[in-house]
Amino acid sequence: MAGRRLASAALLTLLLAVAVAPLSSAVRPVSDAHRSAAAELFAPSADGSFGDLESTYEAVRTFHILGLDKDKSLTGKVCKFAAEKLASPASSLAKDLFHAVRISGALGCSVDPGVYNGVVARFKAVIKDTNSLLEFYYSVGGLLSIKEQGNNVILSDAESTFHAIKALSQSDGRWRYDTNSAESSTFAAGIALEALAGVVSLADAEVDPSMIGVVKNNIVKLFDTIKSYDDGTFYFDEKHVDANEYKGPITTSASVVRGVVSFGSVASGKLDIPGDKILGLAKFFLNIGLPGSSKDCFNQIEALSILENNRLFVPLILSLPSKVFSLTSKDQLKVEVTTVFGSAAPPLKVNLVQVLGSDSKVITSENKELQFDHDNNVHYLDIAPLKIDVGKYSLVFEISLQEPEHETAYATGGRNTENVFVTGVIKVDKAEIGISDNDAGAVESVQKLDLLKDTKVSLSANHLQKLRLSFQLTTPLGKTFKPHQVFLKLKHESKVEHLFVVPGSARQFKIVLVEYHPHPLLQFTLLVFSVIVLCSLNHDANRTNKDFLGLVEKLYYLSGRYDLELAVGDAVMRPQKKPHAHLHKLLTRSLQIWAKGRDITHIPCAREEATQGTLACIHESYTSAFYRILNRGPAAFASLFHAGIGAVLLLYVLFWVKLDLFTTLKYLGFLGIILVFVGHRALSYLSSASAKQKTA
Amino acid sequence: MPRATSDARLLIQSLSKAYAATPTNLKIIDLYVVFAVATALIQVAYMGLVGTFPFNSFLSGVLSCIGTAVLAVCLRIQVNKDNKEFKDLPPERAFADFVLCNLVLHLVIMNFLG
Repeated sequence: MAGRRLASAALLTLLLAVAVAPLSSAVRPVSDAHRSAAAELFAPSADGSFGDLESTYEAVRTFHILGLDKDKSLTGKVCKFAAEKLASPASSLAKDLFHAVRISGALGCSVDPGVYNGVVARFKAVIKDTNSLLEFYYSVGGLLSIKEQGNNVILSDAESTFHAIKALSQSDGRWRYDTNSAESSTFAAGIALEALAGVVSLADAEVDPSMIGVVKNNIVKLFDTIKSYDDGTFYFDEKHVDANEYKGPITTSASVVRGVVSFGSVASGKLDIPGDKILGLAKFFLNIGLPGSSKDCFNQIEALSILENNRLFVPLILSLPSKVFSLTSKDQLKVEVTTVFGSAAPPLKVNLVQVLGSDSKVITSENKELQFDHDNNVHYLDIAPLKIDVGKYSLVFEISLQEPEHETAYATGGRNTENVFVTGVIKVDKAEIGISDNDAGAVESVQKLDLLKDTKVSLSANHLQKLRLSFQLTTPLGKTFKPHQVFLKLKHESKVEHLFVVPGSARQFKIVLVEYHPHPLLQFTLLVFSVIVLCSLNHDANRTNKDFLGLVEKLYYLSGRYDLELAVGDAVMRPQKKPHAHLHKLLTRSLQIWAKGRDITHIPCAREEATQGTLACIHESYTSAFYRILNRGPAAFASLFHAGIGAVLLLYVLFWVKLDLFTTLKYLGFLGIILVFVGHRALSYLSSASAKQKTA
Repeated sequence: MPRATSDARLLIQSLSKAYAATPTNLKIIDLYVVFAVATALIQVAYMGLVGTFPFNSFLSGVLSCIGTAVLAVCLRIQVNKDNKEFKDLPPERAFADFVLCNLVLHLVIMNFLG
């Protein structure tokens, strides 16, 4: 394609970037794009921290999950930062200690056991005294983190702590923050569940199973408040919260995921949550794409890592590496089924069960199984046997696990729908250009345009004739093609450009270009010069034509050489560059002669000079004749009268050539007053003289 | 038809004799009218040859000629001493009207000329 000289039938095909409808799922597993986004969002400051302790923990945890924590010097600085906080537990808040402990745990900092003893004592003291959910959460979480770092931590009196946290729950599955507040929150529910799970882990004796059962019911009720989008994603959001306490769906959903999964891992038996909701939550976090803030990034990555291998259901994501397939280059349909982090899925089968067209029309319902490529971990299918033409389609896939016991461990979502574009090279041929006398009349002079060569066309037309341009578009499968949008651009050699959007209906596009008189301020005179460009595509087998419909545009009159550019665009067209046609528009002789006097660019300058001349002339005649008027005889009046008429006629000539109406009327007013006065004197003298002659 | 021809010749002769009796100023006005109409006809013929583009120029040209011919006719009516209706109207006043109307007509014409 690079070697060919693609030529000139005034077509520049563009691939329009905007798809007609948004793609339903841009779901792709976590990839390097997420890693680079995270590296950008979390930027360390000079002392190695990322802001306050909470942000530092979020950064550290995110880097750890994504495998970005390679920088040893940064690790050292952050450990030091955390150790400072741990050094004086008595004076620090439980929240700060909690984050500092978790940072140390995430980075594997070496902390003196004596330091941790002091921290543990502080946490236990807080648990004993508080009745705030957040304080419980920080303390229990801190203790759990210390235990995970290898220290022996036991929570005595776990049952009363469990009860205290449980007491803050509401009947709808949400939790309150403390005994005094009346507002309940979904985010608080997530925190509470995480704290309860921590209590169960830290307890020395087994917690009452009936309490566990009650909490399980709470979780089920909490999942009844889940919200969903049409494409199968589920999320949690707050309903009745103050604006300053509102945390957004990402933070809220992440909190619930943390709580539910951690509680599910400590509770015996399975939680009664359907797999498609877990899959929906995973899709929600993946649908975020690349997050915009560090907090969203942390919540997204941590929630996905928790879902990656949880005890409830592991979500399996079906995604397409590419959504555009070309018929011309015989692309294969490729599908990937992986976990949220892109790890391999268990053995499964993928079937293409349905292909739907752009208006949900069923194209084919054949059940086709996709072949599995073990080396690349991808399912593939040739699209050529499907006999689908260029356009936008919805493909419906069904995933079926091959091992029966995986059904209870993995969530596949059954049927998944993906939108794809099938593209191809659109062939253009049978291009013709000619002049016709009227809409229905025969084309007078038709010139064929060869697309493979660069051609120039010379046409002459007057204002009654029409220019007709036609071409044919066919798809790779041989059907006629109606593009989404057509633009017409006329560029004169003086670089004046006119761009017209050509509206289309099922069959017709037509554009009528109306010429305005080039005298800019004279709106009385309209010269209609219609150039109708007809471009027709009909569905006849032999010839396709498209007419451009009813759009009247203004074209400042310019004869000469025009570049005619037709841009035909559709989302399913492949880009091809073709040079535009050169249209030499010659006009009839009278038109050209007439046009010579009309050069718009010179009008402003010349007008000033003309005004100066006329004004000077009038002024001179006025001042010189002023004193003679009242004192001289009739001959002077008569000559002044004729001079006045002459001046008016001269003014008219100037009006025709240069001036505008209002200036002319102004000067005409002055001249008129003089003329009336002088004329009246002359004529009344003459009439009195003839009356005297009659009586005498 | 020799009788018809001779009758026509007699008719033309009597007309020209009667016309010779009209005052000179009226003859001048008649000449002006003939000139204006002839100019209009020449313009129509030119348009027939060359084409109607630009049409408004043609219209303003023809209208100017016909308009000034009409005004000249009005002037002739008013100036004609045999016309009892305009007995009291001084011819200078009629001429002033003629001049004023022509100036207005030509203003419009120049505007429309383009």
